[in-house]
Formats: sequence, C-alpha cells, structure tokens
Amino acid sequence: MTASTIKLATTAEDHHIAKMAAVALGLTVLENAIPTPLPGVKPGLANIVTLIVLARYGWRAAAWVSLLRVVAGSLLFGNFLAPGFFLSLSGAVCSLAVLALSMHLPQRFFGAVTHSILAAFAHIAGQMAVVYLWLIPHAGIAYLIPIFATAALVFGTVNGIIAMQFMNTSPQPPLPPGEG
Amino acid sequence: MLALRHIKPGDYLILSGGIAFTLWISVAIWSGGIADTALIRSGGKVFKEVPLSRDQEIEVPGPLGTTVITIEKLRARISSDPSPRQYCVRQGWIQQAGEIAICLPNEVSVELTGGAKKYDSLNY
Repeated sequence: MTASTIKLATTAEDHHIAKMAAVALGLTVLENAIPTPLPGVKPGLANIVTLIVLARYGWRAAAWVSLLRVVAGSLLFGNFLAPGFFLSLSGAVCSLAVLALSMHLPQRFFGAVTHSILAAFAHIAGQMAVVYLWLIPHAGIAYLIPIFATAALVFGTVNGIIAMQFMNTSPQPPLPPGEG
Repeated sequence: MLALRHIKPGDYLILSGGIAFTLWISVAIWSGGIADTALIRSGGKVFKEVPLSRDQEIEVPGPLGTTVITIEKLRARISSDPSPRQYCVRQGWIQQAGEIAICLPNEVSVELTGGAKKYDSLNY
C-alpha cells in the first residue's frame, strides 16, 4: 500500500498570515495564565498583532489572523463551539467590522490607538450582545457594562500604544511576494 | 523609553470620547432612578402602596408574625421581622428605584418604584 499524501498548495502570503496568527496565539496562551478578577476582563494582548497586521498588510490579512487565532485558540483550550468560543468569535467579528470602518479615518490624525480603543469597545459590545441574547437573558448583566467598558478603555489604549510603539521602532519587513 | 509623541491628535480625541462614554454609561447604569413610592407586598399580593415623602411605620402581617417597615427621608427599610435569619432587616436602608428588600419566611417584601423601573418583573 502506498502512502498517500494530501498536499495543499499554499502561497507565501498564507505562510505569512499563519506566522502572525501563531504569534497572536502565543500571546493568547500567555494571557490565559494571568488571573482576572472577572471572567471576560482580560488585556486582549493578541489584538496588538491584529492592529499591526491591519496597519501593515490590510484588513483582509488582519481578519484572517484574528479569526485563525480565535479558532486555533479554542482548539488549544478545548472550548471549540463552547460558549467561550462564541464570546471570542462575536468579539472578534465586531472588532473587525469596526476596524473595517475606522481604517478609513484619515491616517494623519488617527493611529493605532484610535483603532485599538474603537475595536475594544466593539469587542465588549459583541460579547455583551451574545451574553444577553443567548447565555444570560437578564437585564441584570447591564450592571457589569461599566466594568467591561472601563476594561476596554484601559486595555484598548494600552494595546494601541504598544502596537504604535512596535511599528515605530521596528522596520516594516518586506512584503511577501504575491501580495500588494 | 516609551515615546508617546507618536500618538496622533485624533487618538486623543477618541480617547477622550472613550473616557466620556465610559463615565456616562457608568453613571447611567449605576445610579438608579429616584424612587418615590414603596410597594409593599404580603403573600405575593400588593398589601399597600405608600409614597416615600411621608415618614411613617407600617405593620404588615405575615404567616410568622408582624413585619415593621419604616419609611424615613425618602428611604425605606424593614426595621423588624420575625424571620430567623434577619436578612431583610440587615439589608438596611434602600433608596433607589428598583431596589427591593424581601423577607422570604414571612412572605413580605418592600420594593421601591418611581421614575424608570429597572426590572419588568422580579419573581421569587
């Protein structure tokens, strides 16, 4: 019997996205080791990667990195298709939707910090929507919104500054061939 | 050294907006409406509805005995109750719309209403 192998044709761009998703995944694992006072309040360090990818390689690459990170992260932590996965997914999707709009703001005046804060607020909005519509359909969760909003503001700002700092100190690596 | 000079003007604008939004939503959510009425229930039925503007003491009969509700300075509290654990008495003063003190064993509750209600209904 001959061993059959399935080989998917991959481009350099695919490899590039996979590498960046792996970095984001590493940050997610790191972040899970940090204890949090309230489930859902976490720094979202992986979003730093999303912000950098967005600024350097465009929205499509950022969406790939972000969604790959969510899916692969859920496989790592064993909560694929569990509530936690859908919370991450809805947060990521809402963030990406807002980033798709905010990236068209004039770059002269709005930088990574803007995108980070807006995406962080979109992230909690998406999560709260899933929590309310599906997991805990009770008006009482509204009491937690100020806590999540504060966390989004603080971590969004910090992540944005980290992303901005990174992009200002590290030269942009050459684009992989086949990518505009 | 972290150089913050790369933060752009619009970033500060968005940051200020974010701070303003967070403060506004915190105030809007955490400070309930002003209460003006106390709704007293006994055995699941409305026993009495009294305005908070008049200081008074109300005695409510229940299966275990009499629960005394005190209304004072637009606040209300259960000042005495025959329940064994005294949870509703120890809850102390309640003053925001939507707040409720419940003495389960004696089946008495006092709920503050007025302005916008925070809950459509509470079941227990």
